Amino acid sequence: MSELLELTATELLKEFHKGQFGAVELVNACLEQIRRYDGQIGAFLRVDAQGALAQAAQIDRRRHAREPLGPLAGIPVAIKDNLCTQGVPTTCASRMLADFRPPYDATVIQRLKAADAILLGRTNMDEFAMGGSTENSAFQKTRNPWDLERIPGGSSGGSAACVAARMTPLSVGTDTGGSIRQPAALCGVVGLKPTYGRVSRYGLVAFASSLDQIGPLARSVEDAALVLEVLAGHDPKDSTSVPKPVPPYSKTVGQPLPQLRIGIVPEHYSAGLDAEVGQAIQEAIKVYQSLGATIREVHLPHSKYAVADYYIIAPCEASSNLARYDGVHYGYRTPEQQMRAQLEAEQAALRRAGNQAALEELDTPLVRMFRQSRSEGFGPEVKRRIMLGTYALSAGYYEAYYLKALKVRRLIRQDFDRAFEEVDIILGPVTPSPAFRLGEKINDPLAMYLFDLYTVVTNLAGICGISIPCGFSREGLPIGLHLQAPAFEEERLLRAAWMFQQATDWHHRRPPLENLVAPGA
Amino acid sequence: MAISQEEVQKVALLARLLLNPQEVELMTTQLGQILEYMALLREVDTEGVEPMAHAVEMTNVFREDRVEPSLPRELALLNAPNRDEACYRVPPVLGEI
Repeated sequence: MSELLELTATELLKEFHKGQFGAVELVNACLEQIRRYDGQIGAFLRVDAQGALAQAAQIDRRRHAREPLGPLAGIPVAIKDNLCTQGVPTTCASRMLADFRPPYDATVIQRLKAADAILLGRTNMDEFAMGGSTENSAFQKTRNPWDLERIPGGSSGGSAACVAARMTPLSVGTDTGGSIRQPAALCGVVGLKPTYGRVSRYGLVAFASSLDQIGPLARSVEDAALVLEVLAGHDPKDSTSVPKPVPPYSKTVGQPLPQLRIGIVPEHYSAGLDAEVGQAIQEAIKVYQSLGATIREVHLPHSKYAVADYYIIAPCEASSNLARYDGVHYGYRTPEQQMRAQLEAEQAALRRAGNQAALEELDTPLVRMFRQSRSEGFGPEVKRRIMLGTYALSAGYYEAYYLKALKVRRLIRQDFDRAFEEVDIILGPVTPSPAFRLGEKINDPLAMYLFDLYTVVTNLAGICGISIPCGFSREGLPIGLHLQAPAFEEERLLRAAWMFQQATDWHHRRPPLENLVAPGA
Repeated sequence: MAISQEEVQKVALLARLLLNPQEVELMTTQLGQILEYMALLREVDTEGVEPMAHAVEMTNVFREDRVEPSLPRELALLNAPNRDEACYRVPPVLGEI
């Protein structure tokens, strides 16, 4: 493996200045790593080798000519396949959007391009970002680089796996209930979910609009800071993006926080938390103590309702957002002639049977086209969530489910507001266990949902959170440390994360890719 | 069970989905289990609590009332599954099949 692949983006940018190698060499090394290992890992849906090399050659030329360059000049970034990029397939790992080519760029894509980042390819994900294992992709499975029998986490599983497997120093993911932090934890990389409103969602294919945020995955806290600085900021095209100045995260990230007050939540350590994960978190607390932080208990009494709350609110928003996939404007449409022939046959059969009531209920061709297109275009988990959300929003259930969930959401937020009066950061586990096996939870949706218990609260409360590597299980699986900070306190969050990184070496560990046997070998 | 097969069929129509009999059965079981778990929320006292629809509660985000460039029609229609010149084509909305 090329030594370049071990370097972080921050280190690579320094090396570029020395002129020992350029972006073309770096991109070639990434492409070689992908060629060698991605057949088995399956992180990428599509790799744009030609485009990335052309972009790299241009950056090298501009650097040589001493032209001004952006803050990510020549650094490859992998993009989750739910961020619109003009003319480039953006599939959300769904049959529904298999042939969709957006007519415009998402704001984050524009920002990455303006920063001279190299768009390396598109990463696999759970369909429409719904899931925690990337098994819900309509196209392929992604495997955990630390153990190919295990899931990489999700929904940004491809974005986490490719960074862990040294195929790219950086990737971008999205986090609605943990979809950046959870795969980052399970793959042993850094993953940051910014505060709601910090990064523009314009051009992100919507899942749950009051919860979705875009953020970086990287192999160091410095790199996460660097990418956030590029992504963050107000955008007139997203009215929920907040017009606050963006602090120079990459400049301040290396400044330790004096008198840091860390909150730990006793509710986190109840039954259900894997002993090895619990142990790693206890060790992390000791590291912070040795760095001069004070630890105190805080209570988040409504956290135990978070999974139930989230899995009402997110599907409600999803059922509304995904109503746009109607087979009319873009996306999949069922073959029309067969659909109409089938409908005619149904009609004839009902006529023969003299079933007048059923005849009147029969779908019109337009409605049948909607229904059939959606049923063929969406996978099982997406359908399940659309059903759940439609049910919870329907007449008679709206108050008991949706409205109730919104009230509980406020109570969850208030718990955090109170806790942050006493502490600067809340520390805990990202996941209740290390990565589980492929197929282990796929037939038990509720078990899959319950795996999200530590991460959904951050999105419900609208605050920011980060996952950083903090240890390994005896089986060699990565464990993530979850830090959360109040809204718009990413600077504090990153500095606190950096303090831990400086005192430990977990982030330097790399998956045993050499052990991967090429298929057929 | 928290939800019946008939309700699942009704919700599927509202959601513009078409489920085959196996899907209806599986969906009824799975949604039932999930909804039973959701019943946990009933124990929370939310009397007088204002619903929280958004994480950052901003209101009235205005911009200048000025015409700005929008997506050209040709680009907007580029991904249409079926089109006729400047329009989207759809199956009949009313009447005979």
